[in-house]
Amino acid sequence: MTSREAFHAAAAERILIKDGPFGTELQRRDAYAGDFASDLGLSADQRGNGDMANLARPDIVGAVIDDYLAAGADLIATNTFNANRVSQSEYGAEHLVGEINRAAARIARERVDAATASDGRPRFVAGALGPTNKTLSLSPDVGDPGFRAIDFDTLKDVYREQAEALAEGGADFILVETVFDTLNAKAAIFGTLEAEQALGRELPLMLSMTLTDLSGRNLSGHTIEAFWYSVRHARPLTIGLNCSFGAEQLRSHVKQLSAIADTLVMAYPNAGLPNDLGEYDEEPQTTAGLVRDWAAGGLVNVLGGCCGSRPDHIAAMAKAVAGLAPRAVPAQPVVTRLAGLEPFTLVA
Amino acid sequence: MTNSASSARFVNIGERTNITGSARFKKLILADDYDAAVEVARDQVDNGAQIIDVNMDEGLLDSEAAMTRFLLLVAAEPDISRVPVMIDSSKWSVIEAGLKCVSGKPIVNSISMKEGEAAFLDSARKCMAYGAAVVVMAFDESGQADTRERKVEICQRAYKLLTGIGFPPEDIIFDPNIFAVATGIDEHRRYGLDFIEACRAIKASCPHVHISGGLSNLSFSFRGNEPVRRAMHSVFLYHAIPAGLDMAIVNAGQLDIYDEIDPELRDACEDVVLDRAPTNGGDATENLIALAERFRGTDAVAEKAAAEWRGWPVTERLSHALVKGLDAYIVDDTEEARQAVADNGGRPIHVIEGPLMDGMNIVGDLFGSGKMFLPQVVKSARVMKKAVAHLLPYIEAEKDETSRGKGRVVMATVKGDVHDIGKNIVGVVLQCNGFEIVDLGVMVHAQTILDAAREHDADMIGLSGLITPSLDEMVTVASEMERGGFTMPLLIGGATTSKVHTALRVDPAYSGPVLHVNDASRAVGVATALVSDTGRDAYLATYVAEYEGLRVARARKGQSALVPIAEARANGGPIDPRLAPPPPRAPGVHHFDAWPIAELIEHIDWTPFFRSWELAGNYPAILQDPIVGASARSLFADARAMLTRIVEEDWLTAKGSVGLWACRRDGDDVVLDNGTRLAFLRQQVKKRDGVPNRCLADFILADRPDTIGGFAVGIHGAEPHLARFKADNDDYSDILLKALADRLAEAFAEVLHAHVRTTLWGYGSTERLSNQALIHEDYRGIRPAPGYPACPDHSLKPALIDLLGGEDATGITLTESFAMLPTSAVSGFYFGHPQAEYFGVARIGPDQVADYAVRRGVDIEQAEKWLRPNLD
Repeated sequence: MTSREAFHAAAAERILIKDGPFGTELQRRDAYAGDFASDLGLSADQRGNGDMANLARPDIVGAVIDDYLAAGADLIATNTFNANRVSQSEYGAEHLVGEINRAAARIARERVDAATASDGRPRFVAGALGPTNKTLSLSPDVGDPGFRAIDFDTLKDVYREQAEALAEGGADFILVETVFDTLNAKAAIFGTLEAEQALGRELPLMLSMTLTDLSGRNLSGHTIEAFWYSVRHARPLTIGLNCSFGAEQLRSHVKQLSAIADTLVMAYPNAGLPNDLGEYDEEPQTTAGLVRDWAAGGLVNVLGGCCGSRPDHIAAMAKAVAGLAPRAVPAQPVVTRLAGLEPFTLVA
Repeated sequence: MTNSASSARFVNIGERTNITGSARFKKLILADDYDAAVEVARDQVDNGAQIIDVNMDEGLLDSEAAMTRFLLLVAAEPDISRVPVMIDSSKWSVIEAGLKCVSGKPIVNSISMKEGEAAFLDSARKCMAYGAAVVVMAFDESGQADTRERKVEICQRAYKLLTGIGFPPEDIIFDPNIFAVATGIDEHRRYGLDFIEACRAIKASCPHVHISGGLSNLSFSFRGNEPVRRAMHSVFLYHAIPAGLDMAIVNAGQLDIYDEIDPELRDACEDVVLDRAPTNGGDATENLIALAERFRGTDAVAEKAAAEWRGWPVTERLSHALVKGLDAYIVDDTEEARQAVADNGGRPIHVIEGPLMDGMNIVGDLFGSGKMFLPQVVKSARVMKKAVAHLLPYIEAEKDETSRGKGRVVMATVKGDVHDIGKNIVGVVLQCNGFEIVDLGVMVHAQTILDAAREHDADMIGLSGLITPSLDEMVTVASEMERGGFTMPLLIGGATTSKVHTALRVDPAYSGPVLHVNDASRAVGVATALVSDTGRDAYLATYVAEYEGLRVARARKGQSALVPIAEARANGGPIDPRLAPPPPRAPGVHHFDAWPIAELIEHIDWTPFFRSWELAGNYPAILQDPIVGASARSLFADARAMLTRIVEEDWLTAKGSVGLWACRRDGDDVVLDNGTRLAFLRQQVKKRDGVPNRCLADFILADRPDTIGGFAVGIHGAEPHLARFKADNDDYSDILLKALADRLAEAFAEVLHAHVRTTLWGYGSTERLSNQALIHEDYRGIRPAPGYPACPDHSLKPALIDLLGGEDATGITLTESFAMLPTSAVSGFYFGHPQAEYFGVARIGPDQVADYAVRRGVDIEQAEKWLRPNLD
């Protein structure tokens, strides 16, 4: 059974649980203490480069994963949100991108396999690709709307390098998350397809959009439906939403996506909205209650947490949705789906 | 097909950002004027394009770089990039450059098996990896498919190959090649039919695919002859769409409505497209070529027919010209008749009293018996006027004052009102029937009317008006006539006038006869009876009795009960605040100085146009009506011809203003953030349980910020042309232009409303409506106009125009009765709430009038004057 088939088999039985974020957990365990830079022979300051923990403190990264597994996670995303050439160049660490990703996937693979060995329940590793800090759709220069800070081919190669390394380290899937620019996601899809070719193995994609405003569009301006039509050619294992806002504000958007997506839906919201101090203070029970409502409404197949979520939140979620039926993937009519920023269909 | 640009079942793909299809776009790109080129794309989307085709195939250009630059610029414009792109090139490298810039899911146009299967599948795989639908040309290693068999065979082969690599069948769009027909080459005869038949076979054997085609090729052999090209395109689509054609690359302006094509031309096009043997024998291509010359503009065949009647005696020629409305020879013929009369010792006036009146009597009889219709009568009148104009100097030379025809009518549109189409039509028809008309024009003061009636020793006065304040002004004229001791009949007409208003308000003000005559076809009978020595009194007696009957009935009937205004307010229908539209994307005031007239033409609602000519029936069915169809078709052809000149010679300018303002509701007022207070009126008639007493303010939220909009549009520039027509004694063109300008103003209001919904306000950004749906107002939100039932007070217009920037900015000025100038203008408010609906305020009580006076800051007398039509 391939990973895709195994994931589908598990998702047919229950709502699967994805982990939460690494950043706060790493901080809490002082993963950033010590001097990454000199240990790894880097000249630039590595403070804030959480992805480097995969190389500098694999023990702590592994401990965070163990916590999420103990909380009930079926799917672990690697600690590689910024482990790409564009982001790492800011730390002078672009030459380590392959190494970081392979290490991150390896750590997750080991912990996940250990958990599965202990109870026989299948668990999965998703190699995470973040959006980078460059955008293919928007000009950073207000005076020149035709300018772009990066081009498609460059970004595609950046993603391909990362996807290949994650696959080599043992990732089952490639998770393109926090998509604020749809064209960036298309480059990630293209790069992953090239990685598949190079490695000669399937790399199922998980795609997750992030909304920048309550009207339901991402930064590049796509509606949820237009986004889905723009990336549907990837035949993703899951399509979904993450980050954006808390579960309360995200509900209607998840519902909209759930109705049109003929694949599994994965959603991992923030733990509410940040308070006046910029901190997330939504209680695990609150978040769990909100996502339980989604689950009860048949809107989701995979649930997890984003900013502000901790293992407690994941545990509460897992408990809240245990026993609830997963969303049935709706069959969609065969129509031609095109998109600009808005969707367009032509009856086939 | 007519509204295909808005339908998701058939898509018209424009060529305006296609360098091979648009000379203008090519010029802009070659001049490196990308800003203007982006605006071309924006216009296209603003005007309803569902997909924009971008093509940069030009030898002088680095096409990859041009495609990249243009698409990146377009991506920065959300108004444009909201629709999908069709990346159009014959070079794969250009297509791939485009695919790297498009964030949505585009269509690639095109790939083919021209270079063999391997290259074809390589391109197809890349399209799958980039996420694009693809147009596949029916082209293989041995060339482009021309016959039905080749088209089907190549498409089936491509389908098999593509689905074999997992290409989604619904993302395949076949282009089985539309080739030129009627080229004179025998092998080309079946090209049209082969395409249509291939569509059917491809659709049957390749599930889920679409079919597209470039339409302009079809009519290539008729380039330079747009009427024939348009007809061929429309006929082709008419047959190809049911066979499976889903989209076509064509300029919407290059299409006619199938039903509107001249039947002879349509048949000839059909013979060519479907390779049919013409019913009258001969060869389809030769027939069309022969016919084409006729439609090119100069009318060879008609001239041949014309030659025949030119051989008739002059009196018969005059009569024929009048009945047929032909003015080409009228001056020559009239002169010939004048000389003939003079040779026999007659006088110039005898030409009018003899052959010309004989001809007009035939017209009058035909009109009276329903065999001729208003547009034709007005054309006949044009001929008559030209003949009379030619004779006038000779008649004046004789200083003969004795002739005065059947009677003399002084006509005017009353003070404060500028609308005169109806008045002009009635004037023309009366002239045709031997009446002499003294037309005082528009905005005529009561005293001027009375003075003219005295000066010309008139037999009757006719008053016209369109807006409700004109009703009051008519009462004023009647009172002044009474005061001035007049006894001649007063005729009342115009859109807002009614028999009841005439009986209740105008008739009591004047002791002479007052008659409501609201259509031109009745005007002749009424006027004739009034100048008849024998029949006049009996005829008037019937009117007196009828009006008295109306007054009595009205008095007995009582009026529907009113509730106190407080009670009506308590029964206002609450709206759901959750459904309130979002704030506008582009708040504030926007001016559009020259919306393209050509685009408004596509949105004309033709039914009211025919109604203004007293042709009853709905468009387009009216064109096939067994009774008025021929007349409607002829009028429609003249209208289309004038529209073509309006566009080509730049006669008219469509100027519009839109404002979107933050506001909130305060009682029955809507208060804008800038402090402007708009007072609306509430229904006060007692309602059944559960039916609210509506007020427009109900559609605005009271407890949180909401949005109200306003607009004013006008069609400018008609005056010099109208003056030219007048000088030319051409009432027909005068009325035609005014009627078209009115329709364009209405179309503009509709188009602008759509632009507001989809873009400026944006709450309806995903709506896709056909023209028919637009006309039926199947959209969310309303645009009630001051002076109409939901908002009956015309006096809100000054505030509206001020909000939009004033008379200079909007180009619209108001008369003392709040009529708008230019005459063809529409203004109103926008309400975006989905529960907003049209209603009529109807009768209101004195308590609301008093309250309204306070809210408007005027005395009660003023408020009553404004609200007069709602008081009884």
